[in-house]
Amino acid sequence: MDFQLSEDQEALRDGIRSFCDGRFGIEALRELEGKGAFDRELWGELAEMGVFGLRLAEADGGVGLGYADAVLVFAELGRRLVPGPLAWSQLLADRIDGAASGEVVVGGLDLLGPGGGPLLVEYLAHLDVLVALRDDGVWRFDPRDLEAMPVEPALDPHTPIHQLASLPAGERIGDASDAGRLRIEGAALAAAQLLGIAEMSQELATEYARKREQFGRPIGSFQAVKHILADAFTRQELARAAVYAAGATLDDPAVGSGPRAVAAAKLVAGEAAMKNARACIQVYGGMGYTWEIPAHYYLKRTWVLENVFGTVDEQAEQMAEHVAADA
Amino acid sequence: MDLRYSESDERFRAELRAWLAQAVPEHGEPPRGADWSVRREYDTAWQRRLFDAGYAGINWPKEYGGRDASLTEQLVYYEEVARARAPYVGVNFVGLLHGGPTLMAEGTPEQKQRHIAPIIRGEQVWCQGFSEPGAGSDLASLSTRAELDGDAYVVSGHKIWTSFAQVADYCELLVRTDPNAPKHRGITWLAMPMDLPGIEIRPLPTLLGSGEFSEVYLENVRVPVECRVGAENDGWRVTNVTLSFERGTAFASDMYQLQQSLRDLASLARRVTRDEASAWDDRSLRRDVGHLAAELDAIWAMVKYTVCEAGKTGVPGMTGSCIKLHYSELKQRMGELSMRLLGRAALGRADVAGLPSSEIVHQALQSLSLTIAAGSSQIQRNIISERILGLPREPR
Repeated sequence: MDFQLSEDQEALRDGIRSFCDGRFGIEALRELEGKGAFDRELWGELAEMGVFGLRLAEADGGVGLGYADAVLVFAELGRRLVPGPLAWSQLLADRIDGAASGEVVVGGLDLLGPGGGPLLVEYLAHLDVLVALRDDGVWRFDPRDLEAMPVEPALDPHTPIHQLASLPAGERIGDASDAGRLRIEGAALAAAQLLGIAEMSQELATEYARKREQFGRPIGSFQAVKHILADAFTRQELARAAVYAAGATLDDPAVGSGPRAVAAAKLVAGEAAMKNARACIQVYGGMGYTWEIPAHYYLKRTWVLENVFGTVDEQAEQMAEHVAADA
Repeated sequence: MDLRYSESDERFRAELRAWLAQAVPEHGEPPRGADWSVRREYDTAWQRRLFDAGYAGINWPKEYGGRDASLTEQLVYYEEVARARAPYVGVNFVGLLHGGPTLMAEGTPEQKQRHIAPIIRGEQVWCQGFSEPGAGSDLASLSTRAELDGDAYVVSGHKIWTSFAQVADYCELLVRTDPNAPKHRGITWLAMPMDLPGIEIRPLPTLLGSGEFSEVYLENVRVPVECRVGAENDGWRVTNVTLSFERGTAFASDMYQLQQSLRDLASLARRVTRDEASAWDDRSLRRDVGHLAAELDAIWAMVKYTVCEAGKTGVPGMTGSCIKLHYSELKQRMGELSMRLLGRAALGRADVAGLPSSEIVHQALQSLSLTIAAGSSQIQRNIISERILGLPREPR
């Protein structure tokens, strides 16, 4: 057992971090806000970094890595709130030509959760292919065939939303078990993004608490504030362990149940992101309630990611089933 | 990033599991009730069994009779011990986790000889005389005085929260030897024999009604100078050797055991009926169980991550405080959930209507100590925010 990042993994993480720091800083995010939150050139750069082809075999033009590596990359994308249908494009890279290279932007619709809600699709206007996960398989659609209305404004300024009137007949590209598997793998990637959000929200809040002075002292010297941050850090580290374990378990099913590890990761990371983003807003005080301070971006993206590939409640019920099955 | 135990880890697991399968039933159920000498007998006999089988002092060096197991073997050990519901370390706790390791690091050859082998064989029981009524989280403010008089320190003061003092042979005792020095610099560490004249032990019943805690009153107790461990006035540093030991993997077995408790809870929920349906049909209860399960899995992953980090860097990870903080609060939430599940059946401390009320109520009450002992949750949050996040320090 060596449940630590290897040197290659550290290099992978550092590489993607410095790329995201350079391309998706706060100014870049503000600029994207006015441009529909999506930029094909940046998407191409993400593809060049290997974000979408990461798990594709080298012979197929991919990087040939596993889920333990993918979660590291997606945590970095989460830290910088990189927009776009990132998880879908990576999940479908082996089934849809051009997804790995970034020429074809793949988005998706997860219909495997509790049904009955409106058909809302992220980034629809930018998609070349839409994929839906249903209990009867994986279906592919041409976005131009879909009747859709934008929902404006969207909750997250970097996640535009369309509502579909209905879902027409599509092309079946996978069976029911493929759909189930893709949903679990998607949950692992979303959990990693949520880990990144939890981490960055904590770091922003801690940095602010160190500088901001009231009553003649940094607010980070007051226990009422520092304990909020200690809890945020603890949640983040718990989420890290769960997310890394999910990646390692998907890569090596001999070490445990992949679905269980992923459900735990999505739940713990989802909660960490939600609570840490709220903590960030709280520590920033009045400024945290403004548009100018990016704390709200983190909370809003968390809500988006919470609602893909299974919510905290769904994951909790999954976990309960795992416990009962072992009892 | 590899979570797979090695073949030799798995061989170790198979051997240990086979041994536990025989030894645990042979040793029998732990004694109930307040007779601490019976409890001492049970706990130390188990320690002796572990020693004879080569499983005592799993993390102790070989030269001191320990197993010197690799870090991953230690994880296997904690998993299997929990899985087999083997006896808890009990009265051996202070000796194995504090006293022994401190002596290994700081003791003279004579002190090591006098204590270490007897501790690991279950022949010598230790208690801890650190806290005082006026020195809790601020331990360094302790005021028990010791003055050198010829060949002995004359000690007077009042210690509290001393577990198993009634049956202990030695006490790791912190005393103030220089009242004029800054508070961290005037402290000395003594290995005090518990049979000296002037020691009075008064039980301090816990909210469980149990009596493992005592107050220890010391009145002109003459502790021979050769019982001093480390230099005079260097006791704070000596103490911190033990405290860092305590924040390591001390709770690992409990954490793993909690997974078993959660499975028990799920089984129980299927037996308890509410409005003619089983409690397990209640979706909100299932979600609560699932929530705890996810966090427990995450904590166990974090233990592995921290252990592997320690294996790589050679020093315990900084995140030990995070593990302790989250685990202790989680166990309390689990206690609360179990109590909710029992409902009115939890109003007795005995089993009611075939439900395991006594154990559940016991666990729920006992868990209240976890956020206080070994550094309260508030102290852990100070440690995390100051030592890891680098925020300004509290006055001290």
